[in-house]
Amino acid sequence: MSMKKLYPILAVLMIAAMLLTACAPAATPAATVPPTQPSAASGKLEIFSWWTAGGEAEGLNALYKIYTAKYPQVEIINATVAGGAGSAAKAVLATRMQSGDPPDSFQVHAGHELIDSWVKAGKMEPVTFIFKDEGWLDKYPKGVIDILSYNNEIWSVPVNIHRSNVLWYNKKIFADNNLTPPTTWDEFFSIADKLKAAGVTPLALGDNGIWASVHLMESILLASMGPDKYRGLWTGTTDWAGPEVKSALETFAKVMKYVNEDHSALSWDQAAQLLVDGHAAMTIMGDWTEGYFKSVGWKPDVDFGYVPSPGTKGTFIMLSDSFGLPKGAKNRDNAINWLKVLGSKEGQDAFNPLKGSIPARTDGDRSLYDVYLQSAMDDFASNQIVPSLAHGAAASEGWVTSFSDAMSLFVANLDVAAAQDAMVKACQTAGVCK
Amino acid sequence: MSRVRRERWIGFLIVLPSIILIAIFVYGFIAWTGLVSLSKWDGVEPNYSWAGLETYKQLFTQIGGVTAKRFSIDLWNTLFFTLLFLLFCVGVGLLLAILLDQKIKGEGIFRTIYLFPMSLSFVVTGVVWQWIFAPGTADYPRGINALLHQLGLDVLRWKWYTDTSSIGPFHLALIPVIIAAAWQLTGYTMAMYLAGLRGIPEELREAARVDGATEFSIYRHIILPMLQPITFSALIVLGHISLKIFDLVYTMTGKGTGFVTDVPGIFMFEATFQGNHYSLGAAISIVMLIVVALVIVPYLVYTFRREVEL
Amino acid sequence: MRARTVPSADRHPLSLFLNRIDPSRIAIYLLLILFALLFLLPVYVLLVSSFKTFAEVQDLSRMWSLPTGFNLESFHAAWYGIPEKGLRGLSNNLLNSLYLTIPATLISSILGSLNGYIFSKWKFPGANVIFPLMLFGMFIPYQSTLIPLTQTLSAIGLGGTLWGLILVHIIYGIPITTLIFRNYYAEVPNDLVEAAGIDGAGILGIYWRVLFPLSLPGFVVVIIWQFTNIWNEFLFAVTILQNPALQPITVALRNLSGSQIKEWNMVMAGTLISALPTLLIYILMGRFFIRGLLAGSVKG
Repeated sequence: MSMKKLYPILAVLMIAAMLLTACAPAATPAATVPPTQPSAASGKLEIFSWWTAGGEAEGLNALYKIYTAKYPQVEIINATVAGGAGSAAKAVLATRMQSGDPPDSFQVHAGHELIDSWVKAGKMEPVTFIFKDEGWLDKYPKGVIDILSYNNEIWSVPVNIHRSNVLWYNKKIFADNNLTPPTTWDEFFSIADKLKAAGVTPLALGDNGIWASVHLMESILLASMGPDKYRGLWTGTTDWAGPEVKSALETFAKVMKYVNEDHSALSWDQAAQLLVDGHAAMTIMGDWTEGYFKSVGWKPDVDFGYVPSPGTKGTFIMLSDSFGLPKGAKNRDNAINWLKVLGSKEGQDAFNPLKGSIPARTDGDRSLYDVYLQSAMDDFASNQIVPSLAHGAAASEGWVTSFSDAMSLFVANLDVAAAQDAMVKACQTAGVCK
Repeated sequence: MSRVRRERWIGFLIVLPSIILIAIFVYGFIAWTGLVSLSKWDGVEPNYSWAGLETYKQLFTQIGGVTAKRFSIDLWNTLFFTLLFLLFCVGVGLLLAILLDQKIKGEGIFRTIYLFPMSLSFVVTGVVWQWIFAPGTADYPRGINALLHQLGLDVLRWKWYTDTSSIGPFHLALIPVIIAAAWQLTGYTMAMYLAGLRGIPEELREAARVDGATEFSIYRHIILPMLQPITFSALIVLGHISLKIFDLVYTMTGKGTGFVTDVPGIFMFEATFQGNHYSLGAAISIVMLIVVALVIVPYLVYTFRREVEL
Repeated sequence: MRARTVPSADRHPLSLFLNRIDPSRIAIYLLLILFALLFLLPVYVLLVSSFKTFAEVQDLSRMWSLPTGFNLESFHAAWYGIPEKGLRGLSNNLLNSLYLTIPATLISSILGSLNGYIFSKWKFPGANVIFPLMLFGMFIPYQSTLIPLTQTLSAIGLGGTLWGLILVHIIYGIPITTLIFRNYYAEVPNDLVEAAGIDGAGILGIYWRVLFPLSLPGFVVVIIWQFTNIWNEFLFAVTILQNPALQPITVALRNLSGSQIKEWNMVMAGTLISALPTLLIYILMGRFFIRGLLAGSVKG
């Protein structure tokens, strides 16, 4: 190309470049821009979750709003798949991670569900640096940080905390029968007998898919041995073949006599509905149950009451939805900013009231939360914190599946010895017990 | 090359893309699945190290504990499901076809009603059938139990798919699932039989009648035998669907307490995507494939050998 | 193709057999109606639930009762979604389903027709072994193909794309479409093929001039079958297409049912909406389906 032809081309290019820099906002790298001002970060942000409807979707939306206010140029791709554990959502995530095409961030239960899968496989980046940069290390309770950690690094940012060991009860039924909520399993059984005599199902259970029975079992395990030994179950220091586990299984078998006979046809919310209908008096389920009660017009402390599940007062079985940073995320900076939004006070206080959970941070704004959630926040700050089995904190997914299979047979045949054997085996196969 | 041979070569080239695609996407994947089933892959990290038949031992022998128990239940469930499902589809399908063949006014409407469930997705119908067969409790019946109660037919009320009892190895809880599946696919056998019935020349029937045969014996000796190829074909197509069934059962009842409604398709899906037991999931798939092959391969051999003879 | 002329009323065997006012005909109609009611039972539940409010539909003891009002809210929510709640509606995804199903159906039908033609009229050496091997592809449990499938698609650069999913459906549709057409064309007399050959037509010319014009019933069966299966398919769609903007209606429907609290009236309404196209096809083309089955795929 001759020099003469080159000049006009160069001229055009220079003019184009000047125009571009005039039109585009100041293109400073996101890291140096103070986080409260809208930044020029652009590109996409693909978030994978199973929050497709209800309060969860609303909460997620609220987080997106905060993010967009800070980073208006970023296009958020809300890649949701309904379901969750053991469903299409997991299948989709697994295939993506293995194809080397991870989403920029994905929802995952904090704890072993993440650590024993993607972290140990080397597919995640530690996010300890975010905790340090944002000064979060003293804003989250130590119990939570322990659950999030492995090999001295933190692997995900928890956006909420749910409690597993809650017993919900229909206040009217209790008042009509002169009952007070049980604090131990013995009290539970004597109340249950009275209720049965009055024609009310004592405990509503909806274990379609078996997980609600696993959920119930973890409360009973905790009651049978206390928080330290309970923790030991998941680290291999408590003997699965021991007497505490045996007595927990025996208690569970006894509880099944007081449960609605169609439990395997119901989901947890249909079981909660039994309380609303007045057909059942109690149910042991996580605190998303409150969200269900409120959605059908019930009010806390008026229509329904709540206590820690029998024998577990002083301990908080936690589970947490969190987001991590996959290696090879296409929009790594945007993903890091997302995690910063999630872990911030602003983010957590926007998300949790809508979802019906409490913030993982200790400095949440209490006034935004209703009376139950405030009591949960109090307990969270003062109780012993232990991880939930049914919801991915205490054990790897493989272990949870083996445990669930054992529970499925146990619920059908109530054979304590066989169940205990199967649970011992599950621990061994998971590589935690010898 | 002669013209015919050149044409055959072109013919081969026309189907070659399909052959290659099937070779990769079917046989290639089967080979990969087989490989994984012989490996130690357990957890999200691929692990192709050789494990031999270890995983199969987990499925079939005592070593597997609950895994082997579950799989054994699955296989019996599949057998029970397949037998009853085929019986229902073929029996009711044939009955409906014969009824519709009797010059019915509004045949089109009836035919559409029986046929349209096929147009719906299993995922969708699973939910509705779950509601219908949810038993409720003794005092508060639901679904079909509620209907029976209102009709005064309480004696027919039952636990449906929550029932954990069985006749021998056959779990009764599968019966509602079989009804749901049959509802969806009976239209297919009905359509096949109807087409077949219409293909039987009237002259044959006339001739038999002239010879003094009764209607029933015409059906028994002439028509039903002529429908045999259809029965055969329907058994194969529906049989392989029932051996692989997943969507409907998963949505309707899941595996059920004590695995009463569990099928290998669900076990494979949960093992792989819930428990990250990839080798186990692959082994279950291979077993499913072998079972299907045991049914299909003789059929294919029979059909194609017959063709070559013709 | 042997069609029987529908006999007139007085030649009908049953009415010859019995007298005019026919108790057995009444029995036949009764049986048909009984079965029809049983068949429509789930549809009744579906319809009735979709017109209820959330509170009504949660009350499962009233599953069979008619809704108290003619409530179109759930249809509105299912179609448009509820943006404030972050709930996506089905409207965007209906088009995606069409973009997916129509090309996949048409291409797999044409491929099946060509393949069926070759396997029925131009058997090359080894065809009788290759064809059953191809057929076997119909029988694999598809969940087991998920992982290698997505990896293969990524490797050829089609991961996460609509055309990747279309390709998948075409490939897994080849066995059944080929089977149907092969059986269909087997009924076409070979003389026709030979005659056209003598007239100078090549292999594709014969297809175009002789077999393609006859293919309509075969296409009808194949198109109905493929359209239904591809439209209703869920697992491949959700695994291959992660971008929600591309996902077909089956995935969007599943997402409507949410994670924790399911609003069943909306789910049922969404179900009805997503079932409409396939329902329509069955209602309008049911007759041709039977005719097509009659024309030869019946032989199995």
